Amino acid sequence: MTSVRRSLQSFAIQLLAVAIGLVLSGLVLAAIGVSPYDGISSLLRGAFGSEFALTQTALKAIPLALTGLAVAVCLRMRLWNIGAEGQFHAGAIGATWAALTFSTDSALVLLPLMVGAAMVAGAAWALIAAIPRALWGVNEIITTLLLNYVAILLVAYLVTGPWRSSESFNFPVTDIFSPAALLPRLGGSLLHIGIFFPLIAAVVLLVLLRRSKWGFEVRMIGASPEAARVAGISMARNIIVIMLVAGALAGVAGMVEVSMSFGRLRQGISPGYGYMAILIAALAGASLLGTVAVAFLFAGFVVGGFALQALGVPQSFVLLVQGLILFCALAGSTVTGARLTPWIPGRFRGRRRLETLQKEEPSTP
Amino acid sequence: MNVLSGLLRPDEGTIEIFGDDSPVRSPRAAIDRGIGMVHQHFRLVDRFTVAENVTLGWHAPRAILRPGPLEREIARLSETYGMPVQADRPVWHLSVGEQQRVEILKNLYRGARVLILDEPTAVLTPQESLGLFESLRRMAEEGRGIVFISHKLDEVMAVADRITVLRRGRNVATVAKAKTTQGELARMMIGHDLPQAAAPGDREPGPPVLRLEAVEAADDRGLPALGGVELEVRAGEILGLAGVAGNGQLALAEVVVGLRSLSGGRVLFEGQDVSRWSIPRRIAAGIGYCPENRLRQGVAPALSIAENLIAKSYRSAPVAGRFFLNRRGARRAAEELAKRFDIRGADLDAPVATLSGGNVQKVVLAREISADPHLLIAAQPTRGLDVGAAEATRRLLIEQRNAGRAVLVISEDLDELVRISDRVAVIYEGRIMETFSAHEVDEEEIGLLMAGRAA
Repeated sequence: MTSVRRSLQSFAIQLLAVAIGLVLSGLVLAAIGVSPYDGISSLLRGAFGSEFALTQTALKAIPLALTGLAVAVCLRMRLWNIGAEGQFHAGAIGATWAALTFSTDSALVLLPLMVGAAMVAGAAWALIAAIPRALWGVNEIITTLLLNYVAILLVAYLVTGPWRSSESFNFPVTDIFSPAALLPRLGGSLLHIGIFFPLIAAVVLLVLLRRSKWGFEVRMIGASPEAARVAGISMARNIIVIMLVAGALAGVAGMVEVSMSFGRLRQGISPGYGYMAILIAALAGASLLGTVAVAFLFAGFVVGGFALQALGVPQSFVLLVQGLILFCALAGSTVTGARLTPWIPGRFRGRRRLETLQKEEPSTP
Repeated sequence: MNVLSGLLRPDEGTIEIFGDDSPVRSPRAAIDRGIGMVHQHFRLVDRFTVAENVTLGWHAPRAILRPGPLEREIARLSETYGMPVQADRPVWHLSVGEQQRVEILKNLYRGARVLILDEPTAVLTPQESLGLFESLRRMAEEGRGIVFISHKLDEVMAVADRITVLRRGRNVATVAKAKTTQGELARMMIGHDLPQAAAPGDREPGPPVLRLEAVEAADDRGLPALGGVELEVRAGEILGLAGVAGNGQLALAEVVVGLRSLSGGRVLFEGQDVSRWSIPRRIAAGIGYCPENRLRQGVAPALSIAENLIAKSYRSAPVAGRFFLNRRGARRAAEELAKRFDIRGADLDAPVATLSGGNVQKVVLAREISADPHLLIAAQPTRGLDVGAAEATRRLLIEQRNAGRAVLVISEDLDELVRISDRVAVIYEGRIMETFSAHEVDEEEIGLLMAGRAA
């Protein structure tokens, strides 16, 4: 079968899977007395149907795409970074520290400081899990996951304790940031320059992975850890580097959110971006540009959910509908194996070739 | 073995079991017809008890497992054959020897009339082996057939009534124990007169490049793989390492390359103790390695041929600059290697997985040789290759020797070793038994050494 036909076929299966998801969602909506057509169409219109909707979706996509990239780069080396959520919070803390510490009126000075501090904080958070993984093989899935709770609680401590604002009527929030700590908006719209961050990050990483010596090592390890080891590529160093990169990416997401969505640090700054990021990166098959694209669709999904609520659908059913569609999409991509890149192990085509090849090798007696 | 137990089907020929020559279609059918297999690596569920393992997949109880009668039956069997086990203990509590007894009991419980044991003593202590022999004797006296597969001649002579020698999938001979000697068996295992070793020529081997001094190392399961290896490879010679598979050859290569750490002794490379060096440092010092499992360790099958060719040279010019790869330089380097090493019909951007086995080996050799190593280790370099590719591979190895490099070739193909080596060392259970000049190799002697008998 030609690759064109195969990719057409897998695209068709994907489409079918999403269609099944929509039908199931429609049934759920019908069951609670909402017209399926109205429901689905208001979800789509709420996400992509107007300038306002698109703006909201784009803003939502920023943290999703950045944390998604944080998961995706690690997947390239067969590492599961479940800790984007924690790295996001660490980044938020770093950015807030910079915003509260440096008293300058110049955004040109303060914003880079905030981004830098967020990257360092996010990377440091990831490093806590990266070092035991690199040196002793401690499972990164568990350590990064657990560190999420620590980071979230650290934010809670800071905003109820040392960083609590004196003007907040005892609400657990920090002082509101100075105007210099806010990202400039684009023209008169609600969009701000933060929407370029994921795009810049994805392109820079793409170039590095394809062209740099470091990228070559990452690809080699991703393709075959054992062959990479025999070729003298240091596993430990690369694990640490990729986790630092991931942490920095998620950290920037935290910076964008405290700067633009809240203007201060407080609790509940993330509805679980770091976890959605895992879904996004997996759906995109760890492709970098794919992750950005999927993050945008995913954001639309989240934003459209609000429109659905406006229709009188309870929030729990909105989540149910979203879950159904996502589940079907994931199932579709698993069935076809049609992830966007060949880097993830076990891709259908490569594996079959390998099997035929291995048949030439006699089994050991 | 796999054919008998129904895991594989024969392409041709028939198997007659108790006069019935219908094909054995599945492992289940083999069990039904009285064939019992004890694999070298046990097929037991660690978390289940002995009784549960014995009954697993066999007359499955309807809903509830009643261990009582089963455990009594196991106790009776273990008593009869002198193989003590406790039926209610989980398998992971048991020693390896006990686990083997469970495997055997499982087969007896299932009514095996022919019991096949694959290298059963490999995991046993000498005392445990003696106990096993006794149990096997008892089963044989009862009228069961026992097939005892081993490469250790002592054991075969100790336990068997009749002995069959297999070589390369063919039955060489079947002899009665009383009428043969270990020497004759060893000759039959080697098969024929070994080929003439290449004429010694005027080459004088140079100084030692690699020295192993009392090297000890454990395998992946933590069992000793090397027990005090002494070995020397000199510049301008090929040292062939002969031995039956699984006697520590792999560990030896890995210890030198840096993939496995030592638990004792030291590895000297050009006079320096490299025992604790990292892999990249050893590569930089000039150690090249063609691993046995090419598709796992030699190449990254999903990456392109070009990328695999530069997988060691990507660190420096002309393939790379300070930070970025030099795409044109990398391309030229890969093209040059493909031409020099005659990697045929290759689109350099296609994944290595699309190449034939022989061409994959060429990719690995091209990469290793082009790094200009002082020592080249080739593990099973011709395994799975067709005749032409195997010959090309051997020629490359000989070229390296002639260029004054030290070459260590690990192979199970004794003919090959004798033909290309200057010296042949025999490894058995993690020790070097003896080292010969390739001209002096004697079939019987080397066969005995490979089977663990000092000549």
